[in-house]
Amino acid sequence: MKTIIVRYFAMFREHAGLGQETLRLDVATALDVFEQTRSRHQSTEPSGHCKVAINDEMADWDSVVNDGDTVLLFPPVAGG
Amino acid sequence: MIEISDKDIAVDELRQQMMDPGAGGLCVFEGWIRNENDGRKVRCLEYEVYAPLAISEGEKVLAEARQRFPHLQAICVHRAGLLEIGDCAVWVGVASAHRDEAFKACRYIIDQIKVRLPIWKKEHYVDGDSGWVNCERCANV
Repeated sequence: MKTIIVRYFAMFREHAGLGQETLRLDVATALDVFEQTRSRHQSTEPSGHCKVAINDEMADWDSVVNDGDTVLLFPPVAGG
Repeated sequence: MIEISDKDIAVDELRQQMMDPGAGGLCVFEGWIRNENDGRKVRCLEYEVYAPLAISEGEKVLAEARQRFPHLQAICVHRAGLLEIGDCAVWVGVASAHRDEAFKACRYIIDQIKVRLPIWKKEHYVDGDSGWVNCERCANV
């Protein structure tokens, strides 16, 4: 089990009802964090167009997460 | 240079900043808030930006544009916060010796910014409803 700080943005934050939470999770990758928090908050958003960052660096879904990491979950972006 | 701003974009000042004696031209793209999207009448629009990563990722985009389409200077400013119809949401300017690089670099920068930077927009509609915009079209760029 790892302690992971998960941050939610935009529609993810509204759906979860909070911007950040600290969780004890059995996870290996960023995708594991996404899937477990998606299940926790009954979200149906697929990872396809979403993005992820770890400790303020853009990451891939198969990036390894370590104990104490902050994982930032970004719903589909829409700048411009 | 990329900047995230919660104030009106001062386009005239930005144009002045782009002045360069070696430049043969300036290509500018301004993104504006329009009053309709997907058949719904829009009242105003709210941008949420995660600035630390928007800036670092934006700098990467500018560096890529500089390498692909060599030019003299590029500036991008993106708004955060609540915007009204007609407001400028994003400004991209590229100055270069010749027009081809300026057009191509400007296009590259705005296209990449739309799909890569952690920026989200929530539309508030005339009928009182609101919703986050999923930029599906942008995802296919």
